[in-house]
Amino acid sequence: MSQEVMKHPGLNLGSAHGKDNEAAERMMFGFWVFMMSDAILFGMVFATYVTSIRATAGGPGPHDLYNIKSVFIETMLLLTSSFAFGMASLALKYKHSKTRLIGWLAVTLVLGVSFLGFELHDFITMFAQGGVPSRSGHLSAFFDLVPLHGLHVTAACIWLVCLAGQIARYGLDTETKLGIMRLALFWHFLDIVWIAIFSVVYLAGLT
Amino acid sequence: MSVTDVSVGPFLGRLSLHSLPFWQMLQHPTEDNIINGCIATGAASMVVIGAIVTVALLTKYRLWSVLWSDWVTSVDHKKIGIMYVVIAFVMLARALIEAALMRGQQAFGLGGGFLSPDHFAQLFSTHGTIMIFFMAMPFLTGVINYVMPMQIGARDVSFPVLNSISLGLTAAGAALVMISLVIGKFSTGGWFGYPPYTEANFSPGVGPDYWIWSLSLASLGSTFTGINFAVTIYKERAPGMKLMRMPMFTWTALCTAILMIFAMPPLTVATAQLALDRYLSFHYFTNALGGNMMHFVNLFWLFGHPEVYILILPAFGVYSEVISTFSSKVLYGYGSLVAATMAIGVLSFTVWLHHFFTMGQSANINAVFGIASMLIGIPTGVKIYDWMLTMFRGRVRFTVPMVYSIGFILLFVLGGMSGILLANPTVDYQVHNTVFLVAHFHNVAVPGVLFGMIAAYHFWFPKAFGFRLNERWGIFSALCWIFGFMLAFFPLYALGIMGLPRRTVAYTEPSYVPLEWAAFLGALLILAALAGLLVQLWVSIKHRDENRVFAGDPWDGRSLEWSMSAPPPEYNFAVIPVVRGRDAFTMAKEEGTAFQPRDAYADIELPKNSAMGPMIAAIGFALAFGLVWHIWWMVVLFFVAAVVTMIVRGFARDTTRIVMADEVRLEHRRWLDAVSVATAISRAEEREPANAGLALHEADGVVP
Repeated sequence: MSQEVMKHPGLNLGSAHGKDNEAAERMMFGFWVFMMSDAILFGMVFATYVTSIRATAGGPGPHDLYNIKSVFIETMLLLTSSFAFGMASLALKYKHSKTRLIGWLAVTLVLGVSFLGFELHDFITMFAQGGVPSRSGHLSAFFDLVPLHGLHVTAACIWLVCLAGQIARYGLDTETKLGIMRLALFWHFLDIVWIAIFSVVYLAGLT
Repeated sequence: MSVTDVSVGPFLGRLSLHSLPFWQMLQHPTEDNIINGCIATGAASMVVIGAIVTVALLTKYRLWSVLWSDWVTSVDHKKIGIMYVVIAFVMLARALIEAALMRGQQAFGLGGGFLSPDHFAQLFSTHGTIMIFFMAMPFLTGVINYVMPMQIGARDVSFPVLNSISLGLTAAGAALVMISLVIGKFSTGGWFGYPPYTEANFSPGVGPDYWIWSLSLASLGSTFTGINFAVTIYKERAPGMKLMRMPMFTWTALCTAILMIFAMPPLTVATAQLALDRYLSFHYFTNALGGNMMHFVNLFWLFGHPEVYILILPAFGVYSEVISTFSSKVLYGYGSLVAATMAIGVLSFTVWLHHFFTMGQSANINAVFGIASMLIGIPTGVKIYDWMLTMFRGRVRFTVPMVYSIGFILLFVLGGMSGILLANPTVDYQVHNTVFLVAHFHNVAVPGVLFGMIAAYHFWFPKAFGFRLNERWGIFSALCWIFGFMLAFFPLYALGIMGLPRRTVAYTEPSYVPLEWAAFLGALLILAALAGLLVQLWVSIKHRDENRVFAGDPWDGRSLEWSMSAPPPEYNFAVIPVVRGRDAFTMAKEEGTAFQPRDAYADIELPKNSAMGPMIAAIGFALAFGLVWHIWWMVVLFFVAAVVTMIVRGFARDTTRIVMADEVRLEHRRWLDAVSVATAISRAEEREPANAGLALHEADGVVP
């Protein structure tokens, strides 16, 4: 293993995958570059949030609206889903049975969708308490940042379902393998963004 | 347009008869309305007639299937590049006419003029938006697309279908700007659309929405383009093509790609937040409830300043290639040019605040950004000296690209000098928001970016189409550009110091008039330059058979794109070259390894055509149009269509095809046979019909 040439940063398929491993080089590198661009996007939205923290305009603020218990559950769900995707990646790399791969992907999906469910519930509660985006600059910024992450997770869930469809149709060919590899990166990336949201928005907001 | 006369229907949204450019003139036929209505209707008719003529010609010559299968669904980087440049030229024509109209208005602007303030505001908004996003960006993206993969010895970009999608998104944005001439009105908020003026309170009409969605489409396309170019340059280089052996143009393409990756997201965020403000009553940039327009200003210029270098760097790359080729010399100071390019790339992210020195920061912050802005002058100065030293004792020929390059060096230095003045916050306080600023940024953008792109068009046209452009009309056009530019913008420096604010429809100071007239004449000269380019293209196509350069190397080129036939085969290289040093093709010619048949040819795998590009273009356009006019069923329908299209594409397999080795061999031999019968010509004859694309190689710097 130690002599294996890394084709790209992160988990490599490895030479046992032959041409799929070769094809991974440009595809995975390209996806890293895309995530770099996406990270800037989040960075700008974070900047908007941080500079709008005091712009509550007399409306409800973090202490009135954030529910740390719910957010903690969301954090655990998302972190566990990332672990599950990690297991799926290992199942792919070491050519474990397809059932195991699909199983871990299914666990990931369930956890991801549960995360979205909790988050949506949070938003509905906030709305009921008058925490709507049109209330203040602060809430506008909140509803830019947190749902933007939520939309990314939604897109990732749809992508996961589509990949499952592609596996059902074509089996584990080059495209599905690289699809899983890229989605894995994306999923972990969204996890990291969430940790930043948890710290900057929720923890900092409630202290 | 007030809110009350906008009919919001469920089916057509905000669309109504009021959206037509002549409606107000028919309803209220005052003199002002008639003049402005006629101009707007004339412009709209040009768009409509242009579309009808295009459709008619395509039908008459039965070109629809050619257009579909050879062009719009093609994922060949060369064809995509050409299509980008076509978009750029169409948009250039529109924006230039607008510029001349504005100069005309100001020439007559003492106490009135013929345009209404609203109409004038639309003109400067569309002029700026088009020139940046739909002229300069497509132009440089097209040129990089065409040239860069060949310069690094690649068969295509890394993601050819994504490339086609980027083109589709750009085309959709351009189409949205064009349709705004016919239906509704474009923004009056300038090319950077500052809120709170562009918020729903002050601009309830469709204008800012047209601006938001056309920019969103274009910026998404540019982000993908940046990713594609960067990955291509990092991953697709031929064996031996080390980074420090890449042609200078490829270096600038890499730097521009990196800037696109980092600088487009802030624009996406700024326009998306403005859209949320306008559509869903968010408060990012509003005056009330905690909104802060400075957020927009910061985000926009965090994009906007790097954007300036996204535009100029590829032009610097073009000048490097042109000056070295037409001086028959190695590019002087290659290492310093690479370092300067990268330094400019980094510095470009540290100066955005100089776009708003007067908007409330402390003096110390202004000082920091002022100094950072002046620092950019250093690497740029290095480049100017490198280009001049490349020409020094070279075999300089005054071909059309070279005339543009020399015009660039002289004028760009002046523009840079006025930039150094403006970088000083105390000076900026005096002249900000005057036409002095307008003169400055046109003085860097026109000779810098535009001359560079037109030089690139002349330089690589023979490669792309197999025949040279007419020299005489080219020189005519170049001189019109250079002198027209000087006449149009030098007076603006003086007018700015005399206190004329930018974007002013009319004025009351009689001493402005002569200078305004000089500028107007300059604008007319520039229109003549544009006409010259059109005539040149016509004449060149007519006499194409006398100017063929099939052998592919009309200018004694130095980099790999000249080492193949003109036009090149779709797979570019019959056999991927092995690179042993900088100026790879010059080395090959000196060692006698150029134009050699190969022992073995292999099958070549190429991507199949894909309808993704045109489909995303159509969907993106329809989605944006629905959003502009609040036609919600259309928005939902085409949003779903976009998602479904992407999902279906995920299921596509069998996306490549094979060009057989025999076919490659035959094509390569056909070209080599043509090379063997061609007469090698000296540099003195390269503008003569004798130039069949085979150069008699002369030693570096020899003066005959």
